[in-house]
Amino acid sequence: MTQKTLRKGNEALAEGAIRAGARFFAGYPITPQNEVPEYMAAHMADNGGAFVQAESEVAAINMVYGAAATGTRSMTSSSSPGISLKQEGITYLASADLPCLIVNVMRGGPGLGSISGAQGDYFQATRGGGNGDYHIIVLAPNSVEELGNFPKLGFDLAEKYRMPCMILADGILGQMMESMAFNFDPVDPNKIGKFDWAVDIHKNGRKKSKVFSYKGDNLIADVTERAKRYGLIEKTEARYEARNCEGADVILVAYGLSSRACLEAVSKAEEKGLKVGLFRPITLWPFPSKALKEVSQKAKGILVVEQSLGQLVQDVKLAVGDSVPVGLNAYPAGGQPDGEQILTAAKSLLTGKKEGLFDLQTHAEGFTYECKRDLSLGVQGDRKEVK
Amino acid sequence: MYQGIRIAGFGGQGVVSAGILLAQAGVENKLNASWLPSYGPEMRGGTANCSVVVSDGEVYTPIVSVPDTVIVMNEPSLPKFEPMLKKGGLLILNSSLVNSHPTRKDIQVLCVPCNQIAEKVGMARVANLVALGAFIKATGAVTLESVAHAMKKVYKRAKPEMLELNQKALQAGFDAV
Repeated sequence: MTQKTLRKGNEALAEGAIRAGARFFAGYPITPQNEVPEYMAAHMADNGGAFVQAESEVAAINMVYGAAATGTRSMTSSSSPGISLKQEGITYLASADLPCLIVNVMRGGPGLGSISGAQGDYFQATRGGGNGDYHIIVLAPNSVEELGNFPKLGFDLAEKYRMPCMILADGILGQMMESMAFNFDPVDPNKIGKFDWAVDIHKNGRKKSKVFSYKGDNLIADVTERAKRYGLIEKTEARYEARNCEGADVILVAYGLSSRACLEAVSKAEEKGLKVGLFRPITLWPFPSKALKEVSQKAKGILVVEQSLGQLVQDVKLAVGDSVPVGLNAYPAGGQPDGEQILTAAKSLLTGKKEGLFDLQTHAEGFTYECKRDLSLGVQGDRKEVK
Repeated sequence: MYQGIRIAGFGGQGVVSAGILLAQAGVENKLNASWLPSYGPEMRGGTANCSVVVSDGEVYTPIVSVPDTVIVMNEPSLPKFEPMLKKGGLLILNSSLVNSHPTRKDIQVLCVPCNQIAEKVGMARVANLVALGAFIKATGAVTLESVAHAMKKVYKRAKPEMLELNQKALQAGFDAV
């Protein structure tokens, strides 16, 4: 095994991206992701790449748009309000079918919010974020090691399907230090296959290539073609981690930092006489719906733990329907999930109590959240009051 | 073994860097380790703190909300961190700067005059290393040698005589317990 080293999350991510062959980075400073551009500024040039501190987030994503069109592994990073600014560029990248890597080290929101870690951008990331019918692949690391290793996976997937990929981390993952090791050898960007669509100097040696942001009259055909690609990705690229789910009464569903707090809950559950497992989506889009439905078949309940207020829970409900009751244990706007509180909520879910559970219909703590109808049109839950 | 530690003091007392040192020492001992600084709107002159976890298994969350050990380096940190401590947990108190007494009866308290010991060694600024030495003796979470190793990696630009002074402070803290 490779010797593990202690690294800060943001720095592991930046080093991982350079190792993965990223040779263009444009960004604009914002807490809590500042170590990413800082690291890029110090190391990108030495690796033969370009670092640009842009005049704004909007400029940065459009620089990535240009660099990606040349087939260069290109990326930007920011935190929540900055990612909101980038949405126009992201939807243009999606429409031009260009691969790139976007990193969001989330903080509390809405608006300027707070600089503590949060998970409030789940909807924005998984539903596209900008205008139009499109998706981006969303990877959710839960450790510094995954932060370091996901840029490679992200670039590979982005290029395979010609679409942007996002790494959705949060302030705590970015700021923490942890022992980690890279699981791949550095990628030589010159050895990545040339893309036939990429725009570069052709010297009359090959056909002209073009990257379109707008193809005129065949928009319906474009969108339909993309939808087929999305279907294939949903079928083949959903990733997850399931732990102790076999025979579990309650299955916790969480991603990123929240899933780490759930691990604590899983480890402490046994001494409290509870059987608790953890299902962690690693790709948030595509969401591992099929796998979640399968592992939760025999469970008595699912408890969604998120640092947002009722976002992840919607995908969970879409996945399992009304086959199993779903509760929500939420820590929005910079709240910090805690193993003990998660167990309290899990107990409540099993015994019909209120403590630790959040009801989305009444926006009050103390109710289990139970949807009984078809959710395809959104959340139409039946409120079940419990004593 | 799973040790969740909070180290707290004034900004400038080296509590954050002592935390990195401890986490690096954990890695040197082939343990899993995490470190998380308190970041956010902190008041000037108030408390700085960090969370460290060292574990021979998996590190769960890096946020240590119920610490096994708390190292309190200044007065304002005592009322803030004493209540968090786990039942039966260890409180290491820098008795040079903390005059108040802990109120809880269900914890172990270890008073170490970190600043006085550090001054005897040569410089009050290395009080954080004295506290770390005391922590290592009391818990055995990492070895003394591993901290010495870690020091070279964490304080890359430190002068040799400064490293030596840190080493002495660490040993003095270790011997004081």
